[in-house]
Amino acid sequence: MINFEIPARIKQELMMVEMVANQVMRPRSRYLDEHEHERPTEFINMMWPAVKEQNRRQIERLKQNGAAAKEKSGPSTALLRLILLIEQMSWGDAGQYLCVPGGGLGGAAVEAVGTPEQKIRFLSRFAEGDEPSWGAMAITEPDAGSDNSSMRTTAVLDPETNEWIINGEKIFITSGTLSLKESNGFCVVWATVDPKAGRGGIKSFIVEANTPGVTVSPGLEKLGIRASDTVILTFEDVRVPYDNLLGSAEVREQTGKAGFAGAMKTFDASRPAVAASAMGIARAALEFVKEKLAEEGITVDYTKPTHKMTAFERELVMMEGLYKSAWLLTLKSVAAMTHGEGNRLEASMSKAHAGMVVTKISQKAVELLGPLGYSRELLAEKFMRDAKINDIYEGTRQINLLIVARAILGYSRKELK
Amino acid sequence: MLDFRLDEEQKMLSDTIHRFAEERVRKVFRHADEDGKIPADVIKAGWEIGVLPSFIPETYGGFGEPSAVTAAIAYEQFAYGDLAAALNILAPSAVAMAVLRAGTEAQKEAHLPLFCEDKLPKIAAALTEPSILYDPFDLKTTATPDGDEVILHGVKSVVPLADQADTFLVYVNEGGRTQAYFIPAGTPGLTIGERDKLMGIRALPTFKLHLDNVSVPAENRLGGADGINFSTLLNYSRVAMGALAVGMARAGYEYARDYAKQRVQFGEPIAHRQSIAFMLAEMAIDIDGARMMVWEAAWMLDQGQEATQAVTVMKHYVDEMVMTVADRALQTLGGYGYIREYPVELWFRNARGFATFDGLASA
Repeated sequence: MINFEIPARIKQELMMVEMVANQVMRPRSRYLDEHEHERPTEFINMMWPAVKEQNRRQIERLKQNGAAAKEKSGPSTALLRLILLIEQMSWGDAGQYLCVPGGGLGGAAVEAVGTPEQKIRFLSRFAEGDEPSWGAMAITEPDAGSDNSSMRTTAVLDPETNEWIINGEKIFITSGTLSLKESNGFCVVWATVDPKAGRGGIKSFIVEANTPGVTVSPGLEKLGIRASDTVILTFEDVRVPYDNLLGSAEVREQTGKAGFAGAMKTFDASRPAVAASAMGIARAALEFVKEKLAEEGITVDYTKPTHKMTAFERELVMMEGLYKSAWLLTLKSVAAMTHGEGNRLEASMSKAHAGMVVTKISQKAVELLGPLGYSRELLAEKFMRDAKINDIYEGTRQINLLIVARAILGYSRKELK
Repeated sequence: MLDFRLDEEQKMLSDTIHRFAEERVRKVFRHADEDGKIPADVIKAGWEIGVLPSFIPETYGGFGEPSAVTAAIAYEQFAYGDLAAALNILAPSAVAMAVLRAGTEAQKEAHLPLFCEDKLPKIAAALTEPSILYDPFDLKTTATPDGDEVILHGVKSVVPLADQADTFLVYVNEGGRTQAYFIPAGTPGLTIGERDKLMGIRALPTFKLHLDNVSVPAENRLGGADGINFSTLLNYSRVAMGALAVGMARAGYEYARDYAKQRVQFGEPIAHRQSIAFMLAEMAIDIDGARMMVWEAAWMLDQGQEATQAVTVMKHYVDEMVMTVADRALQTLGGYGYIREYPVELWFRNARGFATFDGLASA
């Protein structure tokens, strides 16, 4: 039954986050943008108790129900809730949002492929303690971006100690410092156990904070989302216990495509999440430009025919259309998952579209505001810089289009390169 | 709770119309465009699916309740078959849904049963006007009170099937508000002009309607003394047009997609190239996004929410989407896209029409 209603419980939670966005994030936006490697401490401290409580309940459920719990449960609003919170936080400030404590993408990877024991072992840290902790995810390498199956980071088993020895370099790692140096967190590191096996050899490993042999670079200097901690990680003979290899024994020993499937499964949730973050910025930019224009007495009359609209009105209606199409596609990709249906195609569709849309809307916003749009005194130009990353990470627009194209044409990666 | 899956009835309706589109409409639509008319038996079969009566309550001879969302799902499938055929079959909806939503009790009782019969009712709505400055909220056709009568004056355009109609529902400017009047065919001063010569939807006969000081009883006003809230009716109509645009865009996209898989150049299907494959991927995304916007607007209307902003934004997006998709479909076929033996140029011509089509159907 077609229904666009967001559950009231989630709506209420969103109002709380909107308050945080307005009172905690926005007042720090400009400062943190201009002081690149400082942490959004107010936001982090504000969010940690809520994040902890949410995770605590999840861990409780895990402990009570064990392995069968996930298969049995019906429609779950967990992803929908997450997506909406991400949208609202990103509306507040996309850079600060990325510093939200908790498992992040690393936690999502554990959720997606970890055994129940691994989930409890690794995720409990996000459910307790006075100090916040973070999870991170490391797939990309300097020479393996979109083509992540050609990664060169290796994991070799030392049969004597039953430990994995990890060597390699990972780049563009969000919350790398927060997870490995500034908290009791972890990073999920993707590495190959058999370089000749291609995708089939790639597995994911938990590297915990303060493990010897891990070097965290100084923060990278970026166009936008400057409050976000982005680093290069170097692994030099990093030893982790055998059980830090994520997944069941079956998955662990599988060769062929199955090993890589874990990363792909994480994308089914993380791509809608990036789309949602993009849409938060898009909404912020759109609302901002409409507010500023309203101060000049310019508002949109939605009953006018095209020929009577001003240039401003036409642009705004075009921007709203782009916004709406991308936001609804994002919700569609989440709804599919909520109802237990596959969403890989929808996830890539929403990510490709939302990345393009936020790029365009934020650029238009700067243009429409003229000299004020370009000024660093207002936030429009920051929205435009923050926006662009959504067109790139979790698969560039082009990679996602490639996935969409293969799906709609029924092509393999060999047929459509 | 957020959900975008069709219910069982909607699925069945959608499948039925899709089959009709594939098995009946697609067999004739290319020729119909050249011929200027759709075979009567195809229109009859489409009408007999009974979509419109399913939105009309039993009291008035139908067997259901109105739902803009269900209408959007159904109309998309009709237009997937062919836009001109869809507009022919759905032309009565422009009057029926307006009467159902805004008519007086007497008007509902008088008119609605006509839409629940086996034969297509001979009644046509007339909204658009032949002017660059056409504005549905500021029409040039006027209504002036004259005792118990009202004098209607002006010119309407793109009135579907006007030559066969025995009644018209004509939208006019009455003291700055858009209102509508029933006018029986043959009323003095009312003449049907020549058939429109349009770029697309050539299989659908449409006409200009000239009103030269036509006098009708004031009670012929839709909605009686209070008249209508035109903005709401226009929203329902635009949802219908949006759904039709999505259906036609999908027709073009699917044709281009299938063509690209079998057209071999440089020793392999052209769909193996990213330049073609990415065009198709973007078409698929644009269509999906547009459909979601149509559904959302329809859902808001069904919930009784104010939807003018959502509808306007949707209309602008969808009008552009359908043109872009049709253009890319044609581009995918290259030279063959330009040849009338193939259907893509037809979709390309039809697509631009959505920017000017108004009030031709209603959800």
